Amino acid sequence: MSVQDDAIAKGYDSTLMRRLLQYLRPYWLWVIVAFIAIVGGSLADLAQPWLTAKAIDDHIAVNDLEGLWRLGRWFLLILITSFVFEYIQTSVMQMVGQKILHTVRRDVFTHLQRLDVKFYDRNPVGRLMTRVTTDVDALNDMFSSGVVTVFGDLIMLFGIMAIMVAMDWRLALVAFSVLPFIAWATAWFRRNVRENYRQVRGLVAKLNAFLQEHLTGMGTVQLFSQQARSYRQFEAINREHRDVNIQSIFYYALFYPIIEVLAALSGALIILAGGWWALEDQVSIGVLVAFLQYSRRFFQPISDLSEKFNILQAAMAASERIFGLLDTPVEMPTSAASSDRRVDGPGRIEFDRVWFAYKDDEFVLRDVSFVAEPGQRIGIVGATGSGKTTIISLLLRFYDVTQGRILVDGIDVREWPLEQLRMRFGLVLQDVHLFSGTISSNIRLGREDITDEAVREAAKAVHADRFVDRLPQGYDTPVAERGATLSVGQKQLLSFARALAFDPAVLVLDEATSSIDTETEGLIQDALHTLMAGRTVFAIAHRLSTIQDMDRILVVHKGQIRESGTHQELLALGGIYFKLWEVRPLIAPTSSDPSPAAAP
Amino acid sequence: MWRALQRLWPYVTSARHAMLAGVLWIVLATAISLTAPLILKYVIDDLLAGATRATLALAAAALLGLAIADGVCRYWMRQRLIGASRAIEYALRNDFFAHLQRLPLSYYQANRIGDLMSRASSDLGAVRLMVGPAVMYFGSTALGFVIAVALMVSIDPWLTLLALIPLPLVSIATHVFGKAIHEKFDRIQAQLSELSAVVQESLAGVRVVRAYRQEPFELSRFGAANDEYVHRNRSLIRLQSAFYPSLSFFFGLSGLVVLWFGGSGVINGRITLGDFAAFSRYLVLLSWPLIAFGWVINIVQRGIASWQRMLEVMDTVPAITDAEADPAALAGRVVGRLEVRHLSFTYPGATQQVLTDISFSASPGQTVAIVGATGSGKSTLLQLVPRLHDPPPGTVFLDGVDIRRVPLERLRRAMGVVPQEPFLFSDTVAHNIAFSRDGDPPKDAVAAAASAAGLDADVSGFGHGFDTMVGERGITLSGGQKQRAAIARALLVDPKVLILDDALSAVDTTTEDAILRRLRDVRETRTCLLVAHRISTVRDADLILVLDGGRVIERGTHTSLVAQGGVYASMDRRQRLEQELAAS
Repeated sequence: MSVQDDAIAKGYDSTLMRRLLQYLRPYWLWVIVAFIAIVGGSLADLAQPWLTAKAIDDHIAVNDLEGLWRLGRWFLLILITSFVFEYIQTSVMQMVGQKILHTVRRDVFTHLQRLDVKFYDRNPVGRLMTRVTTDVDALNDMFSSGVVTVFGDLIMLFGIMAIMVAMDWRLALVAFSVLPFIAWATAWFRRNVRENYRQVRGLVAKLNAFLQEHLTGMGTVQLFSQQARSYRQFEAINREHRDVNIQSIFYYALFYPIIEVLAALSGALIILAGGWWALEDQVSIGVLVAFLQYSRRFFQPISDLSEKFNILQAAMAASERIFGLLDTPVEMPTSAASSDRRVDGPGRIEFDRVWFAYKDDEFVLRDVSFVAEPGQRIGIVGATGSGKTTIISLLLRFYDVTQGRILVDGIDVREWPLEQLRMRFGLVLQDVHLFSGTISSNIRLGREDITDEAVREAAKAVHADRFVDRLPQGYDTPVAERGATLSVGQKQLLSFARALAFDPAVLVLDEATSSIDTETEGLIQDALHTLMAGRTVFAIAHRLSTIQDMDRILVVHKGQIRESGTHQELLALGGIYFKLWEVRPLIAPTSSDPSPAAAP
Repeated sequence: MWRALQRLWPYVTSARHAMLAGVLWIVLATAISLTAPLILKYVIDDLLAGATRATLALAAAALLGLAIADGVCRYWMRQRLIGASRAIEYALRNDFFAHLQRLPLSYYQANRIGDLMSRASSDLGAVRLMVGPAVMYFGSTALGFVIAVALMVSIDPWLTLLALIPLPLVSIATHVFGKAIHEKFDRIQAQLSELSAVVQESLAGVRVVRAYRQEPFELSRFGAANDEYVHRNRSLIRLQSAFYPSLSFFFGLSGLVVLWFGGSGVINGRITLGDFAAFSRYLVLLSWPLIAFGWVINIVQRGIASWQRMLEVMDTVPAITDAEADPAALAGRVVGRLEVRHLSFTYPGATQQVLTDISFSASPGQTVAIVGATGSGKSTLLQLVPRLHDPPPGTVFLDGVDIRRVPLERLRRAMGVVPQEPFLFSDTVAHNIAFSRDGDPPKDAVAAAASAAGLDADVSGFGHGFDTMVGERGITLSGGQKQRAAIARALLVDPKVLILDDALSAVDTTTEDAILRRLRDVRETRTCLLVAHRISTVRDADLILVLDGGRVIERGTHTSLVAQGGVYASMDRRQRLEQELAAS
């Protein structure tokens, strides 16, 4: 099961919504506070035109200066109240949103830390990244600007209508008469703009794809002198993009004035009808002025509402993808009965008729059996694709065997608690993975119990100290992303230091293939001997020279162990190993990627 | 900054008609919209003085008429100005791409594609906002402000002064808050990429994390980054939550001032009630310009910064040009005689020499093969021939002419190059093979090239034959298929010089044999230069060069080199044994 990008956007899904609202639960008190603030803020907002009307009718019209001053103080109070409520509302809602996102993000990451290596084989890192960052942010929009403010808009809308009706229901009806037109114009605009926006988005994607492709393949374009043609193609997409955008200007250019004209129409109607009734003394001037102010405020909430529906839709699609990831089962749970296994053990390893396939029946390992006694050093040799990397992946239980079993100190790896199993191993991969941090944090990783002293000793033992001491800040020198500032050999030495500092019973080594300068090469050979001392060792070797003094060498060919023995025994055998040894390159390997002729 | 804006000016003037018309519409629209409150004033004063129903109707009709006239003006204003900004964006994007096409391979090796992409998209977008919407909002804002204030002064100068006291605060607040918000936003973005980096690292290194049981540590690392992200967001939230309410508060203050002093003005008869209503209305109309003003400043600041980032690319002088070219060079038929004389090469800006004193020559019908370890300089040597990098003058010659004196397009059209990692476009197979031809792919030629490259059998297995889409929106080709498609593409050029940079590494030996057999005919009339890792590929070459550290350490034919018993001979032995092993 892999995580899909293109979950179908659903307008509203009650199951999803309920699950999302679960996250809101711990903050129910804050939600209530925000709700009160919204209601209070809306009321305070609505009170202002009402106060103006009162000022005109009750004070200005009757020359009551004293009363006007009193009323002004109320006005000031309302302003302050409205400020406070609005501040509380926005900050509380946004804070709650952030806290929820914090939780969601943590849940997703925690789950990712539990998922198996197999899951990562199927899901590219880039896609998973999107779950933790972009999708979570789409939720942010909903929590901070979507859900709750919809209530605010509705309260505002109904508040305005209620006040207008209460002031003068006949004049209110006159003012409302433009509403159907507004609704119609908005619907027209939304429909066209949505379609247009879809086109624009498509063209932007097309532009970017074209650009990405042609910048990547610029060498090819130039070699074949096709600049003129690709320019023409680019220009065509660019023109289409421009034209669709200009088309969209039409909708905006028409929509805003239409709304303005409708607002003016409502104003004109209020003046006409209100003035008429004012002449008959049925409506006061104050009410007329207040109506003109209210009718203006009428339009905002209506257009806001439809915008918020879009935000809701995007958030729903994002949460569907996030929950999809959270619901991906962890396929490699440790068996419950296993928690009290002992940690210590000499490090004896046995493969017992192991078969393994990544996919269906394509077996990568066939009937592999061998025993590594504690302290024995095992070298594994074979071409790319022969299955030697799979052996170590199974040993660390990145995958479970398809048939047979693997015993570590007499216990099936599937019965070991994962953490304790892996604690027995130290892994050194050919492609060294460094974390951003410092030199010492890359040796110690998360283990606080490895002292600075121990870090230095480990580095020294594998000769990493030689280059670390030359660095400006020594062990505290920052390591850039993926160790970009270090050479391959230096990274290799750091990974040795890391393995040594963790002091594992079993060392698993996937030797680097890339050619390293001869000086570092010598250091690495020497460091390897230090690292291997007193441990059970599994070493995948690409250069035979490194493993000739191993206690035993396994020759893996097409998923099977074809030969096994010491260097001398295997040479005497005159088989695959003998041939490999005969042809070991005298100069550095010709390529970092192995010759395809040797692949199965 | 001034220089940067000068560079933008030609683009702006190219749309000058639309821009000028747009500004004219702004003036009209603003003037019209500001007369509406005056009508309100007369209505109210008339009502108090005892107006007739006819004047009421007239006022209502005038109000509606003004709104319609205003709407028409604003429609054209938006059409003209935003339309102009789209036209400018279009021209800028074309020029940007055209310039990128002139920059050589080395530029793309030194710059990340993602970075160039963001300049062509988000930076260009920021520039457009500056030349379109910013102009529009600035125009209507500044004009609206001046006229509204003038009309307010005509009603009551003292009241205007009092009412305006809180308003500068609005503009200042918009600007200051806008800047602070922008800074906080940048800090949040920085933390977001930090957070992403933690996730990225942890997911990419999943095996190390699992093997070293680093899950709890990773969680705490992530937790810290997550906390910091929320923390930075909080400070933005505090700022933002205060920003908008404070704007309403300042406007409210102005409203209060008008209520108090305007109201008392009505009571003691200094102004009429109609004046008071119109005045309040102007205040509302002022609110938008004041907010927009601070906003426009931010857009312009960002637009200039983005434009400068685009200029960095557009001002890069292409390193490989026709500057030294002689238009007459190789104007007739090209024979394809290639000669390299004492060629040494160092990448621009680097100190270490990549190639040292290389010499060889090849005539049509001859094949020169180059073998050697990774980093020995093989690919660099091949890239110098079509001038993907420029060789020093007087080192590489085609038909006796220094290639630096041959116009680039003519030089490259004489060559068919198959790069190490061939790049195919997401288009049909036929279009990819006929990449060198403009227009519809010539069916027969495509089929012939595909057959010579050994791709024909594969193609007939694709759903739509040569019309099958390749790449993201089509089928994924295997490495070997890609290489053979690239060979077919190079053959279709009908090149005088065929350059194969390790072009058969991903096909198996049987297929390789077949392709080499078919290519033999092609090679008979052409000069061929090839890099390979496999002895089987280079065996029949007329000359084999073994490179090490940028120098030729062995040279000769297959037979002579094997007899020599050096590096080449041991490579040969090794590869034959490997083949035996694979068969066992």
